[in-house]
Amino acid sequence: MAGNEETTQPRRVTARKSDRETEGPKKIGVLALQGDVREHVEILKKLGVESVEVRDVEDLTGLAGLIVPGGESTTIGKIMVESGLLDGVRSFFYKGGPVWGTCAGMVLAASATTGTRQPLLGLMNALVERNGFGRQVHSFEKELEIEGFEEPFVGVFIRAPFFEDVGPGVEVMGKVDGRVVAARGENILVTAFHPELTDDIRFHEYFVREVCGL
Amino acid sequence: MTDNGQLTGTFRVKSGMAQMLKGGVIMDVVNAEQARIAEEAGAVAVMALERVPADIRADGGVARMSDPEMIVGIQEAVGIPVMAKARIGHFVEAQVLEALEVDYIDESEVLTPADEAHHIDKQAFGVPFVCGATNLGEALRRIGEGAAMIRSKGEAGTGNVVEAVRHMRAITGGIRKLTVMSKEELMAEAKELRAPYDLVKWVAENGRLPVVLFTAGGLATPADAALMMQLGADGVFVGSGIFKSGDPARRADAIVKATTNFRDARAVAEASKGLGETMVGREMGDLSEGEKLATRGW
Repeated sequence: MAGNEETTQPRRVTARKSDRETEGPKKIGVLALQGDVREHVEILKKLGVESVEVRDVEDLTGLAGLIVPGGESTTIGKIMVESGLLDGVRSFFYKGGPVWGTCAGMVLAASATTGTRQPLLGLMNALVERNGFGRQVHSFEKELEIEGFEEPFVGVFIRAPFFEDVGPGVEVMGKVDGRVVAARGENILVTAFHPELTDDIRFHEYFVREVCGL
Repeated sequence: MTDNGQLTGTFRVKSGMAQMLKGGVIMDVVNAEQARIAEEAGAVAVMALERVPADIRADGGVARMSDPEMIVGIQEAVGIPVMAKARIGHFVEAQVLEALEVDYIDESEVLTPADEAHHIDKQAFGVPFVCGATNLGEALRRIGEGAAMIRSKGEAGTGNVVEAVRHMRAITGGIRKLTVMSKEELMAEAKELRAPYDLVKWVAENGRLPVVLFTAGGLATPADAALMMQLGADGVFVGSGIFKSGDPARRADAIVKATTNFRDARAVAEASKGLGETMVGREMGDLSEGEKLATRGW
C-alpha cells in the first residue's frame, strides 16, 4: 500500500485507471457468492451506475471497482478459495482495482483477525475483531461522524466487526466508542456497517466517485 | 431501546440480519461437533436443537425448546450465527432464548405448539424471529406480528421436498398475483388472505415480501436446494437432511455448493457425486393428518 503520510484528512486520491481502461461504460462489480448483493446493486442503480454480479474470476475483467457485500465472512471466504476468487480479487486489487468491503467484506479485507483462522483477502493493513460488537441482540443503528462527510451518516451495524488496530496507509474515517468502523487506503474502502440497508446513497457515491474515480 | 446512544432491536437491524444470510444454508445441529462441521462446510448459520425433525417424528411426545446448556455449548463452538427454536405461542421460551442471546428465534411448527390460537408477539422482542408459512396470507400475518424473516414450512423430517415446493409456489404465486391487481382488488384480496392491508399493498407495489424468504422442510439433496433457489428462495434451511445422511460433512459441503451455484447445472451435478446414503424419505400419503407438522400455526 502506497502513501502513508500522517494526514488526518482523507486524501482525494483518484485510483489509477490505466490498467483497467476498457471500452464501454464503467461498471462496478458486486461479489455475488453470498450475502446482501441485491441491496448494493439497487443503490448503484439509483446512482446511475451499471453493476455486474461477480461469481467467477472472469467477471472481474474490466471492472472499475468491486464491492464485497455483507454476509457471513467464513462462508464467502470458503467459496472464494474454492472458486479462485480469493486470488482473483487480490490480483484485481494489486493492479489498482478499487475495492469496498461492507461488514463481512471489511473482515475479508483485513490482513489479520483476532479470532479463529479463516481465509482473508488481506487488502488492508489492519487487525479485525469479527462480531466485535457482540451477538445479534446488540446489533444497532447509530448516527456517525464520517471524515469527509458534511452531515452524519446512519450506520446500521449487524453483528459488526471493528478494526482493533490499523497500520500505516490506513486512514480512519469513522469510529464508534473509539473503535474503527470506517477506513480507507489508496484503493480500498471498508465500513463495518451497511450503507446498502439505508436510503442514503452518499457512501456508494463516495466509493464510485472518490475511490473508483468515475 | 437504546444502549450507549445506540438504537438496538429496530426492524431494520432485525430484518437486515436475515439479508446477510441470503444465498446461504442454515443447518440443524444437535451438538457442538455438528456445529463445527456445519461451519467448516460453509453454513451461514446453525439451528441448535436437541433432536432433528426426523427424530422428533420417530420419538413422538411433546417437543420443546432445547436445553440452554446445549445451546450455549454450540454458541461457544462456532463464530457463525446460532438460531434456536421456540414453540408456537410460547413467549417465555422466546424470552429464555433472548436471554441466552441466540441470534435468531425460529417460532417453529416442528416443536409442539404451546398456544392453539396465538403466535408470539414478536415486536416485543429485541431478537429477531423467523416463522414458517404455507402461503402468502400466513407469511404476511407472521410479518404483521413482527417476524423479520419467513421460511416455507414444508414437511420437516420427511426428506421429501414436495411440501416445500408447494409452499414456495403458493407464496411466490400469491405475490405475483398481487402485482397485477388494481387498488380496489387489493382490499378484497387482503380479506381473502386474512393479511394486513398495508402489507398486502407493500407486496403489490414491490413484487416481493418485505423480509427475506427462505425455504425449509424436507430438503435432502443438493438438487433439492438448487430447485428451491430456482423457485425463488433467498436461501435454504436443511434440517434432518444433513446429519441423518451417510456422510454429513460431505453432504453439507455439497448442499452449500449447490445453493451458491443454483443456476449452474454442471456445478450441481458435480456437487451431487458420490455423497453416500441420502436420508430415508417419507411419502406424504403415508403420513396421517396428525403427523403433518405444516398444519400447525394459524
